[in-house]
This record gives sequence, structure tokens and C-alpha cells, in this order.
Amino acid sequence: MSRDITIELTGLHLGNPVLLAAGILGSTGASLKRAAASGAGAVVTKSIGTVPKPGHPNPTMAETACGFLNALGLPNPSYREFADELRVAKEGGVPVIASIFGADAREFREVAEGLAGADAYELNLSCPHAEGYGAMVGTDPGLVEELTAAVKDCTRAPVWAKLTPNVTNITGIGLAAQRGGADAVVAINTVRGMAIDIESGYPVLGNKFGGLSGPSIKPIAIKAVYDLYEALDIPVIGVGGISSWQDAVEMIMAGAASVQIGTAAGRDPEIFRKVASGIISYLDSNRWELSDIRGLAHEVTYASD
Amino acid sequence: MPVIEKVIDETPYIRTFVLDRTFRANPGQYVMVWVRGVDEVPMSLSYENAITVQKVGDATSAMFGLGKGDRLGVRGPYGNGFTLTGRSILVIAGGVGAAPLASLAELAHSSGISVTTLLGARTKTELLFAERFRQAGELRIATDDGSFGHAGFVTQLLERTDLSDFDGIYTCGPEQMMARILNIVKDSMLDRIQLSLHRYIKCGFGICGACCIDPEGLRVCADGPVFTGIRLANSEFGKYRRNECGMKVHVQ
Repeated sequence: MSRDITIELTGLHLGNPVLLAAGILGSTGASLKRAAASGAGAVVTKSIGTVPKPGHPNPTMAETACGFLNALGLPNPSYREFADELRVAKEGGVPVIASIFGADAREFREVAEGLAGADAYELNLSCPHAEGYGAMVGTDPGLVEELTAAVKDCTRAPVWAKLTPNVTNITGIGLAAQRGGADAVVAINTVRGMAIDIESGYPVLGNKFGGLSGPSIKPIAIKAVYDLYEALDIPVIGVGGISSWQDAVEMIMAGAASVQIGTAAGRDPEIFRKVASGIISYLDSNRWELSDIRGLAHEVTYASD
Repeated sequence: MPVIEKVIDETPYIRTFVLDRTFRANPGQYVMVWVRGVDEVPMSLSYENAITVQKVGDATSAMFGLGKGDRLGVRGPYGNGFTLTGRSILVIAGGVGAAPLASLAELAHSSGISVTTLLGARTKTELLFAERFRQAGELRIATDDGSFGHAGFVTQLLERTDLSDFDGIYTCGPEQMMARILNIVKDSMLDRIQLSLHRYIKCGFGICGACCIDPEGLRVCADGPVFTGIRLANSEFGKYRRNECGMKVHVQ
């Protein structure tokens, strides 16, 4: 027998709760289709803006002893070019969520309207290394509320707000997104970081600094999701360092309604099916449903209670 | 970071940088070469401890300013490389595409595999690694201007070659050249031809997706850069690629 792990997420029906995260593999319609064919419950595109952008100079990614640093710099062909990739991606048969970025409400609206075929929008309020975008707007609760409301205003599709961990209080940002009408929040983006070549003193990334991803950021993501689940009424989508079904289960126990996989999907494009079937086996062996473990970490009791 | 031990002028626009480090790699695998303060670019290994570079852009021009004792950032090797099979192979190299194929030809020769190479360049002085290919087996040369060997393209040499003699065909060079080769090779040979593809590679780890090719979404940096003819026959290969923004541009 096999547990049903289909979910309804912000009105979207997903075959399983394991999604492809933004910025990984999702540059083209074909690569998004490949992730869908590999078992992803939904796929999130690379972040798309108003004009073609080459991104930062290489090196755009570096491996450190405790994870990957990247500063791609939001390379994208603009929504005009990407509309065609989106159409191809939708042939994959799973919901396609358009990750969008902009400097202000007008740009966010322009991109959302330009990618009208998307099943949902994920607002990039969190890229740690792009001047004027991402975390530059996503660390200000007032702006987060305004941008979320602006996109909500121009579409009937669900709007997710992707949050940066590089703030003192992520729940404050999450609450701002909720006030703006977000249907869900996604946490976390990469953790700001830097590496320096000790033979020369040169920062190893072309942009000098970037964002850390991989297993080392999972505890940071777990805590962020745990806190957001407590504070918010809307679903929390957990992302950050997930590379196994055990990581996914842990994230769901922290309160995640679904999970996204980034770095690990680049290392193993077939990972979605493995994680989803791992979750099913785990639920089977414990005679649990998916809903039984969601937020479980908030429900356990202690002797001192 | 590896130190440059020696710089060899191969042709007026191509130099080999011999490093103080050896990489365990299959012929056709590549490394990401970081020229500090400039750029990082993918480069095929031409020997187990060297890369061979054509001066084409900012990073490679900056490399041409480096000499013995200077350092280069090198990470890798990455990608799959060529798979050597059979008793007799045909190697088709165009321009700096000879860099990964010379290692392949040498490995094949030392493994007892018969090697025939078709080597092409614009002119005689730009022929790369002709001596290495000659040492590894039979060599036929074409130059666009007729200054050495056949006057014309390697693809014309290919048209005169009986392909039934070969268990495998291996090629690297300008995309238009390889696209013509794929057209010349009969459908029955598509599973026996391996082509090394060039795309804009950003991360090299298979993570960012910048180098994915249509329609299968294969990542050149991690699933490639070497693909069989079957994977490329009905793909974007020879038609378009994506630039650093991810916009489609025609292959020239």
C-alpha cells in the first residue's frame, strides 16, 4: 500500500510536496520539464525580470568546505523571451511557478503580467547579491507588503513571497507578506556569505560575496520555518539544504506545507522521486498521514509542561 | 592554486599552459579556469597537467599575459569526457577542438586501438597537435586556404572516408563543423559518434542550468560536454544556443 502525499497548496493541486526551488536548473523550459519528469510536484523557474540581464561575472559559484557559494546575479532573458520557455515548461504536466523580481511595484507587476501563463508567482524578495533587487527590497517590511499587494492586485493566481534569512526577525517580514495578501511564504533563500583566496587575497566570487546553500544551511531554514509556522496563518514552504527524504520530513515537522529542493537537485536531477518515495515509505512504516507530521515539532510535550 | 610551469606557443593564437598539478581525468573532461580579477572559463585538458587555450576573449587574453611562475585557479575536472570503445576509431578535430582529442588519440593508441585523425584549421600555422595525432596513428589534414594538406574543410575529407571501417567517431571543433559531420554520418552511426559541445557554462556543478540544451534539458557542464549523435540529432545543436542572459542566439 502507498500513502497519498498529494496536497492542495494555495489552491494548486500537487502530486507530491517536493518542488524544484527557484534558480536551480530552471533557466529553460526543457530543464523545467526534465525536473517535472523526475518527479517534482511543481517547478519554480529561475527568477525573471523586465530586461535581459547577463548576471555577475564568473566565478558565479564556488564550493567551500561547508556548502556552495553563489552569486549568479539574476541572469535572465526578460519575461518577453521567457514567456516561450514557460509555455514549454507547462508541457511537463505539473504546476509551473514563475519566480519574478523587480526593483519596485511597477516592475513586479510588469513581469507578472508578462508571464500570464504561470500557475503561481513566487516573489524574489530575497536574492542576497543583486544590487537593487531581492533582499535589497525584501528586508523592508513596508516594501514587502507593498510589492506583495501590487502583484496580488494584478493576478488571480496564487502569490508566494520568498523570504531572506539575512534579517534579524524573519517573522516580521513574513507577517508583512501576509498583510500584503501573500498566499504562502517560502523560506529561506541563501545565507549571505563570502570566501577569499588566501594565496592572493581575491574574493573567489566575481561579485565578491554571494549566498551559501547546501546542507549547512538546513538548521537555519528549519528554525525560520518553525518560527514562521507559529506566527503566520498562511502556509510556509520550506527550502534550504534539503537533500534527502529525512531532511524533507524534518522540514515538514517544523511546519512546512511543502518543501523545495535546490542545490541537491543540481547534484542529482532525479532526487525528487527519491525524496517523495522516501516520505511515502516513512509514513507507511509509521502508519502516519502527511498531515500527521506537519508541524509535529510544535505539538510535542515536555515533562516540564 | 596551480602554478604555471611552462607556456608553449602552439600556433599564433593558441598556447599550452603546463601546470604543476596533474588531474586524473578522461579525455574530454574539462576544468574551470579562474583568471583572478577577470573571469572564469571552461577549458578542456589537453594533457593530464595542461590546458591549451585559444585567445578569444577577456579571460583568454589575460591568460596570454601570464607566464612561468604565475598562478591560475583551476577546479575540476568536470563533465563526462569521451568513452573509448572498439578497435578502430576516427577522430575529427577542428581548430582548438584538437585539444581534448589529442589526449584521446594517445590513450586509444596506447590501448591498442587503431586511430585515424582528420585535422582541420584555417591555415597551416594554426594546425594544432598534428605531431601528437601522427604519433597516434594515421593523420589526414585539411586547411581552409590550402596551405597544407587538402584545400578545404575536414568535412570534405570525411565525405571521402569509408566510415564502415570505424567502431567510433570522436569530434570536437566549431559547432557548424560538427553539425555538418552529424549530417554526413548515416543514421546507423548516430550511436557511435561522440561530440564535445561548447555552451556558456557558469557554475560547472550542474546546478544553475545556464548551459541546458533543448529539448531534453541536458546540462552541458554535467551531463556533457560529450554527447552521442543520438542525443543531439534532434536538438538545438547546430541551430541555436543561449547566451549569458539565457536568450536564444543562432549558431554561426
